[in-house]
Amino acid sequence: MMEAPLIDNGTFWLVTILLGIGTFIIRFSFLGLFGGRQLPDWALLHLRYVGVAVFPALFTPQVLWPAATDGMFDPIRFVAAAAAFVVGLRVNVIGAIVAGMGTLYALQFIASLL
Amino acid sequence: MTPRAAFWSGFWACAPFVVIVVPYSTLFGVVARDAGLDVLQTMSMSVLVIAGASQFTALALLQDNAPVFIALFTALAVNLRMAMYSAALVPHIGHARLSVRALAAYLMVDQAFAVAVRTYEDRPEMSPAAKLAYYFGAMAMICPWWYGGSLAGALVGQAIPASFHLDFAVPVCFIALTAPLIRSLPHLIAVFVSMAGSVAFGWLPWSLGIIVAAALAMVAGAQAELYLKRRASS
Repeated sequence: MMEAPLIDNGTFWLVTILLGIGTFIIRFSFLGLFGGRQLPDWALLHLRYVGVAVFPALFTPQVLWPAATDGMFDPIRFVAAAAAFVVGLRVNVIGAIVAGMGTLYALQFIASLL
Repeated sequence: MTPRAAFWSGFWACAPFVVIVVPYSTLFGVVARDAGLDVLQTMSMSVLVIAGASQFTALALLQDNAPVFIALFTALAVNLRMAMYSAALVPHIGHARLSVRALAAYLMVDQAFAVAVRTYEDRPEMSPAAKLAYYFGAMAMICPWWYGGSLAGALVGQAIPASFHLDFAVPVCFIALTAPLIRSLPHLIAVFVSMAGSVAFGWLPWSLGIIVAAALAMVAGAQAELYLKRRASS
């Protein structure tokens, strides 16, 4: 059996330290530069939509083409995601998480019986 | 709301996400050890970066022996969305001292950001001090679990059974974050533009499709809000 190739020690630290610094710079960017300043109205208008603009772009590809199925569409995951979304709208965060994972487990259990 | 009360309010508001953060961070610890990292390396990454998706990305690329700059830029691109969080937080916690803002930046994570921004919108009467305390309360609930879960995974090192489908906990978490933020028609429009954009621009390298989709969705939400206001006033 072939051993998984080990990650070179120097490469690891180089990437980790630079990733840490780079990620901090991204997070600090606007807070650092514009802190304490009044942002213009057009900027405030757009910034109210950051959450609803970013999160769906993150989860949509993961729901449609999950890495766990090598990018194949999986109806069970799609239904589970829809359940999480509907419960999240109607109930709360915990409900959404329970509905999403619960639907996935339940449907996969049923599918395994078929 | 006093700052002290705001801190605890933010702290408990983020409690539901512990059920996502713990398995996800534990999974990172396990995967990192499987990739041949030692406990110190695993924890260094979790503490220096605290951004799950980019840590998994960097690890996978390092394992594939990708060139350093590819591993670095791909992982950084995954975190680019947080520049948008940073901007969105300026009106709320931008008043803090530079050193406090630096700490706020280091601790910035998706779940706590979403919870904090939702509360700021709901309670515009919150004082700047209370908003800042709320932010740190939210982060104080999430970040220790991130470190602790990574450590537990790295120490236990036993693979979590694939039948738990922990990979799916990530999209479910982001769905759970999105739903409570949809409070008007423009928000809903932004959600749909973001979904469509992520599909349409999914081919872009380095996950840049996410950034393009998010930018389009922000413009769509803002324009919809302006349009509805104009129509209401005419």
